Amino acid sequence: MSEIEKGQVMTANRLRDGEVVFLTRAGVWAMAIDEAVLAQEPQAVAALEARAKEDEKATLVTGSYLFDAERVNGKIRASHIRERIRAQGPTVRLDLGKQAEGTAGSFAAVEG
Amino acid sequence: MQLLRNNAFVADAWATLADDAPLAEGARAIVSFARLQKEWDTLAKHTGLLGVAVPNTLRAEELAPYVSRLALIVLAFPSFTDGRSYSLARQLRLDGYRGELRATGNLLPDQLQFMLQVGIDTFEVSERFPLEMWQKAARQMALTYQRGFTHAADEREVWSQRHQGFAAWEEQPHAG
Amino acid sequence: MYRYDEFDLSFVKQRTEQFRDQAERRLKGELTEDEFRPLRLMNGLYLQLHAYMLRIAIPYGTLSSKQMRRLAYIADKWDRGYGHFTTRQNIQYNWIKLEDTADILDALAEVEMHGIQTSGNCIRNVTTDHWAGAAADEIADPRPVGELLRQWSSLHPEFSFLPRKFKIAVTGAPNDRAAVKVHDIGLRLHKNDKGEIGWEVLVGGGQGRTPMIAVMVRDFLPEKELVPYLEAIMRVYNLYGRRDNKYKARIKILVHELGAEKFRSEVEAEYARHPAQTTEVDQKELARIAEYFALPQLEKLSRFAPHFEQSKLDNKEFARWARNNLAAHSTQGYTIVNISLKPEGGIPGDATGEQMRVMADLAERYSQDELRVSHAQNIVLPHVKLEDAFTIWQELRKHDLAAANYGLAGDIIACPGLDYCALATARSIPISQAISRKFADLDKQEKIGPLKINISGCINACGHHHVGHIGILGLDKKGEEFYQITLGGSSGDSASIGTILGPGFAGEEVPDAIEKILDTYVKLRQPGEEFLAAYRRLGPAPFKEALYAAA
Repeated sequence: MSEIEKGQVMTANRLRDGEVVFLTRAGVWAMAIDEAVLAQEPQAVAALEARAKEDEKATLVTGSYLFDAERVNGKIRASHIRERIRAQGPTVRLDLGKQAEGTAGSFAAVEG
Repeated sequence: MQLLRNNAFVADAWATLADDAPLAEGARAIVSFARLQKEWDTLAKHTGLLGVAVPNTLRAEELAPYVSRLALIVLAFPSFTDGRSYSLARQLRLDGYRGELRATGNLLPDQLQFMLQVGIDTFEVSERFPLEMWQKAARQMALTYQRGFTHAADEREVWSQRHQGFAAWEEQPHAG
Repeated sequence: MYRYDEFDLSFVKQRTEQFRDQAERRLKGELTEDEFRPLRLMNGLYLQLHAYMLRIAIPYGTLSSKQMRRLAYIADKWDRGYGHFTTRQNIQYNWIKLEDTADILDALAEVEMHGIQTSGNCIRNVTTDHWAGAAADEIADPRPVGELLRQWSSLHPEFSFLPRKFKIAVTGAPNDRAAVKVHDIGLRLHKNDKGEIGWEVLVGGGQGRTPMIAVMVRDFLPEKELVPYLEAIMRVYNLYGRRDNKYKARIKILVHELGAEKFRSEVEAEYARHPAQTTEVDQKELARIAEYFALPQLEKLSRFAPHFEQSKLDNKEFARWARNNLAAHSTQGYTIVNISLKPEGGIPGDATGEQMRVMADLAERYSQDELRVSHAQNIVLPHVKLEDAFTIWQELRKHDLAAANYGLAGDIIACPGLDYCALATARSIPISQAISRKFADLDKQEKIGPLKINISGCINACGHHHVGHIGILGLDKKGEEFYQITLGGSSGDSASIGTILGPGFAGEEVPDAIEKILDTYVKLRQPGEEFLAAYRRLGPAPFKEALYAAA
């Protein structure tokens, strides 16, 4: 039986090169969505928001926001296709983006 | 706030008055446009210089009756991306207004050149940016393609430069 | 072709230096993202789904071989080996780093190109007919005016912070290939009995959320009045265009809310406000620019091109390509070659660095060193000898550039959609690929005839779905992509906005739906009647029935 937890993930783009990144439990930005922390409590969400704001100010990242996601068997799955595409790369160019660079998530952008 | 004029921070000789504050004899006073309209009969007799702060939704025509008496018009730039006052400044200059045009709002050095080019003279700026940044910004794009929009002697307007011998933009009577 | 002089060159260089400084200030934290965003956008730099995207203007769609090679170089050096030609005669790169951008702009400036005003709330890249200066039906080349307006609109001090973006299109031919009626301002050239040139001025057309056909404000504006008159229009828009709601901020809404009459009188009043201006310099400048666009010295050739004719007889595939992808040139013995960037199952408008170099080489050798980019995301070699067409085709074939589907069902316009774009609500490219595969049979495409299938991945309509004969709009329904189909749109002379046919479809259902629509058309058309004409005659009913009745 798979265990599903729902929550939110903090994402942004790295300022200097635009790379899609996700905030980890350690408070650093990772390339792969599976390293992201899934915030489930309001307090945890607020902590992510505070960290993101600070890192925007420090010009590490830009355009941070939260998106809905769930953890399935320890892997993070974004609820919306848009975020799954960001976590993988273009569905029409499997040779490009995270899916080609070893930093892809565990869930395909398009399912089924 | 500091006042920028001709690439230098200068003292501001003007005072902005609240709508219920009295005008001191001989003072340089900036009033709101609402007050200007309401108290025009009195204000017209003011012994000092008169300035007005106008919202960027004002039509130039509404200002026309008062313009000859105004030594300063303060234009609003409520946000970086709200460009209405560029056109208002341009209209006023094209209509022949020769008094001071002043910009207020969250002004960035990056828009200074455009403001100078539409005919704005002074800028109420925050202390966030050092003077050198404003000085640099005023000269960053010394070329302009648009006729009638240059502001400094060493600035070049491309089309007239290319076709020298043709009268400058302002001086010719109407063609079409 | 236009060539920069010292002024143009130092203008673009100044601008690049300014951007380099701005990017450095951003990276140091001296500018916030809110402040930097409008500045980077005005240089064509977006933040997209996977990285920054840089959009570069190809003014009025005209490129030299050298410029095309530079685009290839940028693709290889700073991107991932390809670029995407857009529906507005731009090219965009999808994997750009902020820290590289100023270097890229420098590399562009060296070949007289830039990304100025390819984004932001300013006057965007002026577009025109991709066959300008070559088409047999042209009254006069619209590109001199295109260049005049490029210069006039570049960093216009008054019009750089408009309520919203502003797009101008110019055409010099009676057959409108520049979609002037769906632009913020469309300019259409006319010649009067005395042989004088004047411009019909159309305002307030557009696509997006609220598609509208432009209204005419002047039917014959003397050419010398063009710049001051456009300034009056821009000023009215800048002052009175709505800024309270981004979806109501385009000039079309102002025109609509004021009504055409009131809008026109505002413009005329503004135009009359400042009569004390001479336009002699404009005229001199336009004349100077026009010299660059003189038709190149083409050879006097015979009408009959024996090698070309023989090749068609010998090679059916070539004959098909020649039938579909060549267009009439104004000079005898010459032709316009349309290179389709729509191979079966491909990504519309994408070209690799290598393909760009191949096209550049062909242009250098066979097309007066000139290429064009069309709003339908194809590339044009404008001045080709008929006798060279076969050689060109053979070379194109080697590089997957010889799709013989120009103007047919496979020649699909599609925006990048949710695969790349941060605004998109659904993917467009996979839909385009699936339709293209469904109609892979070129016999079938030719049997259907001229057709424009346009796909947008969101309501902003970059894929021009409103004016596709068949338009497809990708939307998001509770996290699922679904697609609305419209019929009867056109961006041509009798421009019209397509009508939504009925409930939307899941992505995998779209190709079948398109097939049903086209089967219905083939069944009901009269001899020689094209899809658009048939739809206008028949109305939506038979198509609705084909799509929805059985369900």
